[in-house]
Amino acid sequence: MTINISTTSSKSALVLEARGLQCVRGERELFNNLHLRSESGNCLHVRGENGVGKTSLLRLLTGLSKPESGEVLWGDQSIGLYPVAYHRELLFLGHRDALKEDLTALENLKMYTALDDVSLSQEKALATLYRFGLRGRENLPVNCLSAGQKRRVLMARMLTRQAKLWILDEPFNALDIQAIQELQNLIMEHLAAGGLVVLTSHQEVGIPNMQVLEL
Amino acid sequence: MRALLAIIQRDLLLVMRRKSEVLTALFFFVVVTSLFPLGIGADAALLRKIAPGVIWVAALLSTLLGLHRMFAADYQDGALEQLVLSPQPMVLLVTGKIIAHWIVCGLPLVLLAPLIGIQFDLDTGSLSVLMATLLLGTPVLSLLGSIGAALTLGVRGGSVLMSLLILPLYIPVLIFGAGAVYATSVGLDTSGYFSLLGALLILALAFVPWVSVAAVKIAIE
Repeated sequence: MTINISTTSSKSALVLEARGLQCVRGERELFNNLHLRSESGNCLHVRGENGVGKTSLLRLLTGLSKPESGEVLWGDQSIGLYPVAYHRELLFLGHRDALKEDLTALENLKMYTALDDVSLSQEKALATLYRFGLRGRENLPVNCLSAGQKRRVLMARMLTRQAKLWILDEPFNALDIQAIQELQNLIMEHLAAGGLVVLTSHQEVGIPNMQVLEL
Repeated sequence: MRALLAIIQRDLLLVMRRKSEVLTALFFFVVVTSLFPLGIGADAALLRKIAPGVIWVAALLSTLLGLHRMFAADYQDGALEQLVLSPQPMVLLVTGKIIAHWIVCGLPLVLLAPLIGIQFDLDTGSLSVLMATLLLGTPVLSLLGSIGAALTLGVRGGSVLMSLLILPLYIPVLIFGAGAVYATSVGLDTSGYFSLLGALLILALAFVPWVSVAAVKIAIE
């Protein structure tokens, strides 16, 4: 399995690269000798059946789990070498929303900006939540929000996080048609600004120039 | 440093939204320590003798009650992954969580101790020593407990296993903590006990956060 993506070739381009990844879960080998390379402005769509190892691959790319063999490189350096620098550039959204149910949408957003070491004013935080249709709900505890509204809080986090590399596991789940469109626009804005996106989805994703990795 | 304050603030805010969980542990401490004078009766000499041991054992057990909350909720909703992936040293964040746990589960015990001590007819000298030992000892309980809480993440019936893992590690704190109070009541020098408790605290501060980080990372992988 090899995929090479290089549409942009400016010198300062950011590169995410995986070399010879092998992933073993229990007794089963999910994939072996997997190579991928993605640069600034590229969106990589990882596809495959349930249980084929999409989430495992994303977790390897974030560094949350270690590959059996092979390595993941960010800008020609192994991600294990300077994890803090890599995490500064990385935003990972997994299956679980990682929002604290007892806190409000606004508190969740501000908590993450404090932990992610990003500065965010009250007005900007509110404006971001309003952009994603959460006006009037910013002071409700998250457990009062619907599944789709929780994903909208996460979209607000994506926008405020200022990360270069987005790794998104099933980001389109639970979203209505309008929110799917908004998320696609958000991703396209991010790509246009020179960011990278790696995502999994079972739906068709309407993003131009998307690269597909079939597991 | 900002990250440390941010995580402490976050954990305290979460606790304030769910006060019942914390109050349970505190109530447990108060009730258990109050049951002894009621059960034993008005034998003041006997009560004075057993007071240090009873209060310290109750403190150990009530600390244990709040431990599973340290990482479990964050593990379940995925927030722990986000903490690992945040651009902050994980040791700082875990230390912050331990400090928050101590503020919620340890500090109130220190403040309540004089009230509890009066039930056991402890004199002022013993009460102040009791408070001082709890002040030095309860942070060690939170620190050591964090290892157990991290190791049992995602294990079914984890809290029972955690008690079995952690209670033996609490023995030195119990011995020196209760020992110091007993020594004051019989008029012996307590400086040795305090030195040992202080040494335990420094040792735990120096090593435990790293051990807990390693355990959390194993659980997440």
